[in-house]
Amino acid sequence: MDSINQFVSQHSKSMLPSADRLQHLAISESGFIFDPVSGHSFSVNETGMLIIRLLQQGKDLPATIAELQNSYSEQSVVIERDLMEFISLLREQVDSSL
Amino acid sequence: MSTAIKCRVAITGMNAKPDNPGPGVAVARCLKDSSDFQGQIIGLGYDSLDPGLYMQAFIDESYLLPYPSAGEDALLARIEEIHQATPIDILIPCLDAELPNFIRLASKLKSLGIKTVLPNAEQFRLRNKDRLPELAEHAGIECPDIKSITNVSFFNDCHEKGWEYPLVIKGIFYDAYIVHHKDEASSAFRKVATQWGYPVLVQKVVKGEEYNLTAIGDGKGQLIAPVMMKKMALTDKGKAWAGVSIFDQKLLDAAKRLVAAINWTGPLELEVMKDRQGRYQLIEINPRFPAWIYLSEGVQRNLPFALLHLALDEQIPSDPDYHSGILFIRYAQEIIIPISEFENIVMNGSGRSTPGTEQS
Repeated sequence: MDSINQFVSQHSKSMLPSADRLQHLAISESGFIFDPVSGHSFSVNETGMLIIRLLQQGKDLPATIAELQNSYSEQSVVIERDLMEFISLLREQVDSSL
Repeated sequence: MSTAIKCRVAITGMNAKPDNPGPGVAVARCLKDSSDFQGQIIGLGYDSLDPGLYMQAFIDESYLLPYPSAGEDALLARIEEIHQATPIDILIPCLDAELPNFIRLASKLKSLGIKTVLPNAEQFRLRNKDRLPELAEHAGIECPDIKSITNVSFFNDCHEKGWEYPLVIKGIFYDAYIVHHKDEASSAFRKVATQWGYPVLVQKVVKGEEYNLTAIGDGKGQLIAPVMMKKMALTDKGKAWAGVSIFDQKLLDAAKRLVAAINWTGPLELEVMKDRQGRYQLIEINPRFPAWIYLSEGVQRNLPFALLHLALDEQIPSDPDYHSGILFIRYAQEIIIPISEFENIVMNGSGRSTPGTEQS
C-alpha cells in the first residue's frame, strides 16, 4: 500500500491526461463527454463524472483518491486500483488525439 | 454578418451524387438560410441530371455550362449569354477542375460586371498537389511525401525506392485511390490518368484521423471565419457523411500560416491528418468551399454569405463566437420533376424554378 501511495504521489502529474485538455472537456449531466479539440465523444458513469470533475478542479491523484474514499465505502486498495484503470482509459480517449 | 445583401449570385457545382456531392447546393443553401441575404441564386451545372438545377428551395434559375475541357472561350461565351438573360452580380465557382478557366477569365468577368473572389494563377499554382510539401515547409506544417509520375512503370520497383505500399494515387485536380500492391496501383494510375490527365500523383499514406478546415482568405494574408470539422463517417469515396465541429488552436495556427504564406484569396478547404504523434500532416488544399460547407451555417459562421461581403468590397463583420460540438449528418433525397422542366434543361440549357415536390 505504502509503495503504491508513494508511486502515485511521485508520478501523479505524468499519469494524468494533460490539464489543458481536461479543462476543455464538455461534460453533460448524463455522463456524455465531448472533447471539442479532437471531436471525440465517450460516456462515463457517475463515478467517472466525479473523477473528471475533481481532475478539472486541479486535484492531483492523491487528493482525488482521498475524495473518492470520502464518497465510497470501498477499501482504499480497490479505489486506487479502479482509479488507475479509469485514468488509463481516460488517457486513451483524451491524449490519444494530442 | 448583419448587413443585408441583395444581389444575384451564380453558383456552380450543382452535382450532388450522395457518395460525392459537389458543394454548390450547400453553398446556395447557406445563402438562402441567411436572413440577411435578399437576392436570387442562379445554379450553374454541367449535366442535365445535376439535381441542384431543379431544387427550387435554393435555386431560382438554372443554366448548363460547357464542360471545363471545352476551354475558357466557350465558358466565357456561355456566361455572357446567361448574363444577358439573367444578370449576374457575383459568381462562386465550386469545382476544382473549372477553377483554372475561371481564374483566367476573372478580369473579363469583372469587365462584364460579374464579381468573383478567386486566387490568382500563382496562388492557385502554389497549392497544387505536387507542390504541397514545398508550401507546407514554408508554413511550418508537416506533409507526406508526394511525387508526380507519368509512367506506370514507377510501380515496378517503387517499394525499393522508399515508396512502400499502401500509397495514395491522386488526379492532378481530383480523385484519390488507396492502393496496396502493384496491380492495384497500375489500375488506379490508368483510371486517374484517363479521367484527369497527367501527371498522376503518388502520395505516402499517413495513418491517423482526418480533420478539415474551411475558411476564406482575404488576399492580404488574413483568414476569415475558419470552421474546423472532424469526419465521423465516410462514404466509399472517403467523403464526409457525418462530421462534428471542433476547435483546435494548433490546426487554426497552421491554417493561418498557410494562408499568410500565399496571401490566399477566396474560399479554401484544408484537409489534414492528425498522425499518431498528434502532428498535423497537410494532405490537400482545395481552392473552394467543401461540400460540408452547410456546417458553417450550423456553427453560425455562414462562410458563403461572408464571401459576398468580400466580393462587394464591404466591411466583413468580425467572426462571431465559434460553436464546437455541432454535428452534420448527410442524407439522400429524391426530387420529383415534371418532364417539361427536364426538357427545358436538356433542350435549352436553362430552367426557371418550378413547383417540384420533394419526397424522402
